Amino acid sequence: MKELVVISGKGGTGKTSITASLVRLSGRAVAADCDVDAANLHLVTRHEVRRTIPFEGGLKASIDTAACTACGKCVELCRFDAISNHDNIFRVDKFACEGCGVCAYFCPEGAIAMDRETGGEWYVSDTDTGPMVHARLAPGGENSGKLVTIVRNEAKKIARDGGFGTMIVDGAPGIGCPVISSVTGADAVLVVVEPTLSGMHDMKRVLELTGHFGVTTMVAVNRFDINEETASAISDYAASRGVETAGMVRYDPEVTRAQKNGMSVVEYSGDSPAANDLRRLWKNLARRLELEER
Amino acid sequence: MRIAVASGKGGTGKTTVAVNLVVSAVKAGLHATYVDCDVEEPNGHIFLGPDEGLSRPVTIEVPKIDESLCTACGKCKEICEFNAIAVLGGMVMVFPELCHGCGGCFLVCPENAMERTQRPVGEVQTANARVKAIEAVGEVGGGEIPFVQGLLNIGEAMPVPVIREVKKSIPGGGDIVVVDSPPGNSCPMVEAVRGSDRVILVTEPTPFGLSDLDVALRTIEEMGIPVDVVLNRYDPGDTAVDRILAEKGVSVIARIPESREVAGIGSRGGLAALESPEFAEAIDGILERMLHPRGEDGR
Repeated sequence: MKELVVISGKGGTGKTSITASLVRLSGRAVAADCDVDAANLHLVTRHEVRRTIPFEGGLKASIDTAACTACGKCVELCRFDAISNHDNIFRVDKFACEGCGVCAYFCPEGAIAMDRETGGEWYVSDTDTGPMVHARLAPGGENSGKLVTIVRNEAKKIARDGGFGTMIVDGAPGIGCPVISSVTGADAVLVVVEPTLSGMHDMKRVLELTGHFGVTTMVAVNRFDINEETASAISDYAASRGVETAGMVRYDPEVTRAQKNGMSVVEYSGDSPAANDLRRLWKNLARRLELEER
Repeated sequence: MRIAVASGKGGTGKTTVAVNLVVSAVKAGLHATYVDCDVEEPNGHIFLGPDEGLSRPVTIEVPKIDESLCTACGKCKEICEFNAIAVLGGMVMVFPELCHGCGGCFLVCPENAMERTQRPVGEVQTANARVKAIEAVGEVGGGEIPFVQGLLNIGEAMPVPVIREVKKSIPGGGDIVVVDSPPGNSCPMVEAVRGSDRVILVTEPTPFGLSDLDVALRTIEEMGIPVDVVLNRYDPGDTAVDRILAEKGVSVIARIPESREVAGIGSRGGLAALESPEFAEAIDGILERMLHPRGEDGR
């Protein structure tokens, strides 16, 4: 089983649109949406949810003002500036609270409770090409990579049990915990880059990250015709880091039209320029991953 | 006034709006500060070209066990909520990358066997940006823009401590502080936005954009901060989007049209507020709405 993870560094470069098309082109694959706090893959993949599993969130402190004697110990101890004191009313800002429990542990009156938040949910769905594992993190929730790891592990298990040769993961933007949890141990990573200075800058950081973790990495430039000079520079830079450019996809309004119709562009408009570019991209990826011919 | 520019979905135009909003403010004679809280992938510097400024490391206080004093009582492991401490066969092990720096373990150790070490996770840079084209237009401070940026070290998992330090480094004074936030709807966005007076959510008129906007709106409404939406890369022929937004009861304060010209300007690091009159007008309109929020001053 070969696992391909699609990331980007910069947001909005087209990870999800491209992933949806790659899954479709593979013909048979397990799909995983690891962009858990902004999940979109399910919006362009016809699917039926088969299982819904709740995900436990983190702890948050709350102060019982009736029991509180305003000693101020909690404010003194909190390393995250999460407790405020206004006219001797002590309040926890749950958006700053990291759930460490130190305030509750040391409160002389036992006036602080630690409550578990709803973390979110994850799902296993059926699609035309195989199972899809996806999730929804609760708004503002902790994105420590735990839910990403659950989604990824479940997808791997399904792939192994179902004899799937291919697993394709839609990753998150950035370089933090959700991304790290998505790429470690992957067989290959595809970085989707946009042809802008921001795109180039962010790609450099992502390539440093994948290099750090020693994962086979390739690059694809999306909407390359917006700035062909920069697209070329991106490909050259990648090459200088030993990273192959697996494909270039041109700007095509059919991609958005496909999205509005809840489909990948290869399904909605199979002969469109972007669909043809994506076919070429998939061919290169399949070759690089040494996937068996269908 | 501190304004956070966030989005939910990545790539909708947060940095584009944020840097150009700062430019618009300076053109209008205001003192404006730019703060980049997208510490994983900061891009504001590409457009504003700050000088080198000063850089300081961001560290997390992580324990190191003094084995000569440690009795493996396990109290440190018990208090740790993040599984950063394990006790195995009479040995205590610390996993520094899991440590949040809450300090609990130091407080409960009966043997005083924990040494405080500073683990670097990122840096904060404070500098000044001077946009040459503004100097000719604005007189206030010669178009000088205080600039703060955070950078998460590559390989580090937690951006929130770095974002916290960036916010602490925001210089006082000034008329308007624009906080460029990370994409997403989880802890990094929440920390960047927390403490702002207003939030601008930049969205795009696609199903992905609108879906992520929903989650972002819920998060910010829960935080109790007034929020306005800017619809970027707008297609005037797309009435469905307007209808959807109206149904959500969302306050849309600007519609910036899709423009290959503006995309091109941005792709080379240019400031569209200085190069595209149409775009400048839209951004000036956003600034106006920030300075005079509807319904809050009798208008």
